[in-house]
Amino acid sequence: MGTGAQSLTLLALLLPFLGAIIAPVLTRFLKHNAAWILALIPLWLFIHFAGFLETVAGGNSVSGGLDWVPSLGVRFSWYLDGLSLTFALLISGIGTLIVLYSGGYLKGHVQQGRFFSFILMFMGAMQGLVISDSFLMLFVFWELTSITSFLLIGFDHDREAARRAALQALIVTGLGGLSLLAGLLVIWGATGTQDLSTLLASGDAMRESPLYLLALVLVLGGAFTKSAQFPFHFWLPNAMQAPTPVSAYLHSATMVKAGVYLLMRLNPAFGETVAWETILPVFGGTTLIVGTHLANRHTDMNLMHAYTTVASLGLLVMLTGFGAEKAIEAAVLYLIAHSMFKGALFMVAGLIDHETGVRDIRRLGGIGRAMPLTFAAGLLAALSMGGLPLFFGFLAKEEIYAALGTGTPWATVLILVAIVGNALMFAVAFMVGLKPFIGKRGETPKKAHEGPPLLWTGPLVLGVSGMIGALLSEPAHALFSSPMASAVSGTAVEVHASTVPHIGLPLLLSLMTIALGVGFYLMQERMRDGVAGSLKAIGWGPDRGFDQAMRGLLRLSFRVTKIIQNGRLDIYLTVTFAMVALTLLLPMVIFDELPSMPDMPMLLPHEWTIVAIAVIGLGAMVYAKDRLTAIVSLGIQGLAVALLFMLFGAPDLSFTQFMIETLSVVILALVMTRLRLSPTDHRPAGEKAMDVTIAGACGLAFGLLLLKVTQIPFDDTLSQFFEAHSLAIAHGRNIVNVIIVDFRGLDTLGEIAVVMIAGLAILALIRVTTPPKQPVSAREGS
Amino acid sequence: MRTLIFRTAAPYLTALMLLLSIFVLLRGHNEPGGGFIGGLIAVSAFAIHGIAFGVHQVRRTMYFHPMAISGFGLLLAVLAGLVSLPAGAPLLTGLWVSPTVGGITLDLSTVLLFDIGVYLVVVGSITSIALALEGREEP
Repeated sequence: MGTGAQSLTLLALLLPFLGAIIAPVLTRFLKHNAAWILALIPLWLFIHFAGFLETVAGGNSVSGGLDWVPSLGVRFSWYLDGLSLTFALLISGIGTLIVLYSGGYLKGHVQQGRFFSFILMFMGAMQGLVISDSFLMLFVFWELTSITSFLLIGFDHDREAARRAALQALIVTGLGGLSLLAGLLVIWGATGTQDLSTLLASGDAMRESPLYLLALVLVLGGAFTKSAQFPFHFWLPNAMQAPTPVSAYLHSATMVKAGVYLLMRLNPAFGETVAWETILPVFGGTTLIVGTHLANRHTDMNLMHAYTTVASLGLLVMLTGFGAEKAIEAAVLYLIAHSMFKGALFMVAGLIDHETGVRDIRRLGGIGRAMPLTFAAGLLAALSMGGLPLFFGFLAKEEIYAALGTGTPWATVLILVAIVGNALMFAVAFMVGLKPFIGKRGETPKKAHEGPPLLWTGPLVLGVSGMIGALLSEPAHALFSSPMASAVSGTAVEVHASTVPHIGLPLLLSLMTIALGVGFYLMQERMRDGVAGSLKAIGWGPDRGFDQAMRGLLRLSFRVTKIIQNGRLDIYLTVTFAMVALTLLLPMVIFDELPSMPDMPMLLPHEWTIVAIAVIGLGAMVYAKDRLTAIVSLGIQGLAVALLFMLFGAPDLSFTQFMIETLSVVILALVMTRLRLSPTDHRPAGEKAMDVTIAGACGLAFGLLLLKVTQIPFDDTLSQFFEAHSLAIAHGRNIVNVIIVDFRGLDTLGEIAVVMIAGLAILALIRVTTPPKQPVSAREGS
Repeated sequence: MRTLIFRTAAPYLTALMLLLSIFVLLRGHNEPGGGFIGGLIAVSAFAIHGIAFGVHQVRRTMYFHPMAISGFGLLLAVLAGLVSLPAGAPLLTGLWVSPTVGGITLDLSTVLLFDIGVYLVVVGSITSIALALEGREEP
């Protein structure tokens, strides 16, 4: 890869973020028409990545990057093969349409600029995620998609439901992200690689590692939460609180596929093991069945889409884990098909909502004449989703049945799962893509009419490309499906599915699916009631479980806080100083490192005098009647120590000690007056004895520690270095100060920052004059 | 505390101590002293002034909010550290110039700027705490 292309790819990674910065300004001037300009960013990305198609279709990969932390071998690097390139094209391609769509959908919204900003930020994160090579970069972008998704779900932050959904998505996917991080670290530890490309080339290294299962479970924790697999699926339907463009883009076409992407990406290194081929199909299959059933319960188009998305993700996971080349091909085809038809259907749902004010399919009907283009887009997408010939979804479905039709019991179970799931999805597809447009005209708050071009361009383009892709299946396979399937399976694979039906088992199964689907469509009312009834019987779902868990967590932290942060200064001080004494004394006693008794020092008379002053100060403090006297007496002892420092050749230290002692006395005295304590100590003797013990232990501990330090041999390498270089290279004779401001300047910078932050914190504490309100207790019954 | 003797002596003490603090700050590179100690002396000076004349008077005398002084000090220290970057040296490398002004050679350096930053941070933060403690009703 030439340097030109390299810097262009780097630009492609950065451009969405730059776009995110200018979007609000642009939107202020151009209103919703800013979409036309902002859509150029993803369009340019699309064109840029399309430029690699030829290279990648030829079986090569494109990589590049910059050193990030060279000393640790961490790179900011990317890797484009069939898998990441197809994803990159889906993200930028659908992204272009979504930006346009958002322009129309949120026309006139006060925060439209912010919305553009978030969506571009997400696009950048997602783009980075799929083309990342280094683990660290993958993880950073992975988390960034969670954060941007949080911002987008909570876009209507005035609504409680939106805030709850946003937080839920963030917590679920965020926890998954941590699990992924741990998984990546385990992989790093097990194989020594920290980028995907080397991991993929490492053959069986990961499979044979004893840490394989641990790494697998951790990585799956990330992938399953992100891709909303049962039982983590609940956040995705709730995420429909976001504006529809977000649902279409993040929560169907791209972000939720990140988990599937990760599984596909790791398939060559992790796949073909018993664990892989059991866990993935079981979770995927369960998700498929659960998702499709729940989708049929709802009548809100967005929720139906959400649950079929969950189901489709389940199907993808199931296929990825099935462990046959055909299944991988099927997964690849289905993934591409799903991104297109689900993106389109979501946008159609949003369009209908926008123009009629209704999302409930029971209240919609006969709007096809008023909205012909929307109807066309919806129908095209539904046909692809239903898997009818001439559409990309059909190719996928043929391939699914061809892959699963191996005749083994396990495959037969999965095939049944797939048939039921697909038939239910077929039913849903026509409930949302056909039913609203035909039949009797329903009553709607707004009179239905065709939306503006900004709104119908996106779904129509996606709907039509679902057909074009199938009709031109050979070039489509050569450019997208085959390279992607090769990347996922790790060996060169050619996809051949075409739209001409072949007589055989797959076709038979397809026909069965369609027949079943039509049946489900016709009895939709009864099914809805059935599912609703059984759900009522179960009663308690993961969504409620999430609330329970959050409540439990709040309650727990409230209790812990009450114990640890009980607000009583005397307990804080007792605990702190007791710990200090213990941490100093225990190791010395356990490891038998107590200092030997020093000789009696030979001091001059004036030095003895100063020692005596210190002792007198201490005595005065102990016997002082009131607190102020005690503080001042303590100051006397401090000043005497400062004098000793001076006499023994540490003028700097002594100087500082003088100032510190002076200020301590002043500040302590001020604090004491502020605390409004009684001037004398009236506590019972027991409590006093406790304090005396702790104080004595601390003093003893520090004394012993200092004695010990002076008794071990002194390493004067550093002193020699500073003596030799202080004047020579730092132009200063005062070594202490030269160390502070020059040799260890960075430390000092950190320290003064701490001084300032501590100052601010103390200031804030002093300013709290009214007693704090009751701490926020665990929220009951949210 | 506000005895006649103390209130008469306090302004002189404060002025002298502030002067001393700057002296200690500037000589720090070669003799005992430096920004940290200098800062502490200045804080004591303000504390004495505060005890003698009240917090309000000290705040008027300082003109800026002590925390603002502290923030400026931190900024100054960071900038002093950054100066070395355009010169091609690592962060916080000391750079020296020795111009001759009126026949006296002055050794000026980014290290001195840094030390002044330390001085201001210490003065600002600790004075701010002391003043907030002294003045109950107007922290």
